[in-house]
Formats: sequence, C-alpha cells, structure tokens
Amino acid sequence: MVDKIPILKMGRYLLLSIQVDMHDQLAMDLQEDLTEQIVRHSAKGVLIDISSLEIVDSFIGRMLSHIASVSRILDAKVIVVGMQPAVAITLVELGLELPGIATALNVEKGMLWLETHVNDDLVAEVESDEHRDTPAETGN
Amino acid sequence: MTVDSLADTFKQNESALLEQWIEAQRKAGIRSDLIDDRTMVDNSRDLLKVFIKALSEGGKDVEHASWAPVKSLLERLSQAQSRQGFTPTETATFVFSLKQPLFTLLAQQPDQLLAASQLVDKLGLYGMERFVASREEVIREQQESMLELSTPVVQLWRGVLAVPLIGSLDSNRTQVVMEALLQKIVETESDIAIIDITGVPTVDTMVAQHLLKTITAAKLMGARCIISGIRPQIAATIVHLGVELGDVITKASLSDAFQLALKELNVRLVSPNAR
Repeated sequence: MVDKIPILKMGRYLLLSIQVDMHDQLAMDLQEDLTEQIVRHSAKGVLIDISSLEIVDSFIGRMLSHIASVSRILDAKVIVVGMQPAVAITLVELGLELPGIATALNVEKGMLWLETHVNDDLVAEVESDEHRDTPAETGN
Repeated sequence: MTVDSLADTFKQNESALLEQWIEAQRKAGIRSDLIDDRTMVDNSRDLLKVFIKALSEGGKDVEHASWAPVKSLLERLSQAQSRQGFTPTETATFVFSLKQPLFTLLAQQPDQLLAASQLVDKLGLYGMERFVASREEVIREQQESMLELSTPVVQLWRGVLAVPLIGSLDSNRTQVVMEALLQKIVETESDIAIIDITGVPTVDTMVAQHLLKTITAAKLMGARCIISGIRPQIAATIVHLGVELGDVITKASLSDAFQLALKELNVRLVSPNAR
C-alpha cells in the first residue's frame, strides 16, 4: 500500500483525518510522520478526526494512545474528534478507555478546545503589562 | 391394515363422533365469555374433518406431510386461545375431550384404541406447545416494548441531555440506553449528559459498572456525564461496596446537576424582574 495519511498544518496545530482502514505499516508511518511534523512546526496541538472510521479494533485504540503519549512528550496536546457511537461502544466493550486523550464531538468543538487549552499555556508567557485588561473578555 | 380401518371407522361415524365430542366439551365447561357455542362447534367440525383426512392419507405418523393441515389448524386455534386469555387446561381440554367419544367408539377394538389415544395425545401436546410458544412471543414483545419505552433521552437545554433511568439496569438495557444516548449526543451536538438514577432501585457493582461503561462511551465521543439522583441509601451502598466511580461528577438531585451543566456551558439564568 502506498497510502499515506496527510497531516495538515493549520496555525499552531496539526490536523489529521483518518479515513482509511489502518494497518501496521500505515500506522507506523503516521506516527513517524507526525512526530517529525510536530517538531518541525513546533505544533502545540494535534487534532485527529476519526469521524469516517466505522470499524475500530484494539490496534487502532493502542495506536491512538501511542500517538497521544508521544505528542505529550513533545508538548503538543492531542484531541480525538468525531468518534461514531458504534465505535465508542466497541472501544468500551474492548476495555480501551483511551485514558489521557481528550475527545470532542466534532472538529469545531475540538478546535475550540485546543484554542482554550493551548492559549492557557500561552497567557503565562505574555508580557503582563500590555494585556492587563484582556481577561475581562472571557465573559462573552 | 389397521390404519385404513381406523380411518374408515372414523369416517363412517364422523357425525356421531362430532356430536359426542361437542357434548364432552360442553360437559367440561365452555368459556362462554370468550368463545360462543357456534365457533366451538365449527372449530370441532373443521378439526375432525382434517384429522380424518390426514389419518386416511398419511397414517399414524404425525410428522407426515399430510398432517400439516391438522397442525396448522391446531396452531391457529391455540394461538387465538392464548391471545384471548384461555387457560392452558381449557386449551388442552379441547383436543383431549375427543378421547371420550373415541373410547366409546373403539371399545371393541383395544389395539386400535391405543393407537387412536396416542394420536390424540400427540395432537394435544402439539396444541399445547403452540399455545406456550404464542404466550412466550407475547411476553417477548412486551419486554421489547418496555425496553423501548423505558429509555427516553431528553434535551434540557441546548447542549444538555438528560437520561432518566427507571427500573433495574441489566446489560441489555445498558446497551439500549448507551446507544440511545450516544445517538442523541451526535444529533444534538451536546456537551453534557445527565444520567438521573432516581428511579433505579438498587445500585450494586454490576449496575455501577454498566453506568461507568455508558459514561466512558460518552466521554470517548466528547461529552461529559453527570450522575444525579443518588439517594442516601444508594450513596451508602456505593461506599459500602467499595464501588469506584472514578472522577465522575455526582450530584444529589437533577436540579443540582442541571445547574452545574449550565455553569459549565457559561449560561446564566437571570430573572427579568430582579434588578
């Protein structure tokens, strides 16, 4: 198989959408590719869209966990979005609860989550004098 | 040939047999509130007719193809009686009361008497089998409809779902609840689901495990769950059993849970008069 899962860079985040059946080689390539891209773009967040995955097995569950751990070491937050109900039930029945991986309903909510959580980290780095009044905006 | 002669004997005495059979049924007592006399007579006549026909064509082997019409007629009658609310005895009596006239008729031929009696037994048992099967089908249908009825998922606010669970939780029901909840989460793009267990009579380790499964599945989809409606005794039981609920948020009442949900969604309720 010459398939490759494209990794899209969007601002400080990386986006990847899994739409084909995963097999060993593809997963290995993806992990390698992703770590490389995180370092190259110094990405702060990774969004994985699995809304087109109909079938999931323990292999994919393990792969997601692995990607999450690697990304965490590289200081990028991982969020998995768009899991189908059937897939969620299967994972639970398999006993794979994906601990430590954030999840969201769709890409939109996933991006929102990344914005809020990654921003939190950045706020600490911002020079404090200029932006004294910005926290007031959070109420809207 | 005993079979042919048996069939012949029946054929010759069909009307007498029918009359005595109906008489025997009347003596055994007819549920006049459920079936009228005429239907009973019609049923008896039809069954006796196909019975004699099957006997003359297929012999005493009730598995033979020629017995199919007898069986289908019996099945239909048994099903109807089971749905109408006849007792098993009343249904069995219908067939077994045929024995009395048979015995009278065949009193002089003991060897044939046994064969005929066995035949009636087999038919009676078959009728009972269909009766019970029909009952079981009714029970199954009711169970299914109860399952459907008892698992509503309601939307309380945009982004907030509630699942009021009523009755005991087993794995079948958990499955249905889980599917319904996850489907609704997708449909309404909800962030928070409140599982209200006010109506769950007991929470043991199994039930807790089922609840946790549902919560984990919802979490995988990106929705948070709150458990509400935990009664004092249940809270005590959960602690006593050492059930680990993990980091699941629990609230005593649905209203508390709803308040928390609104807070998480940054919604604030303001009365128009309060100033």
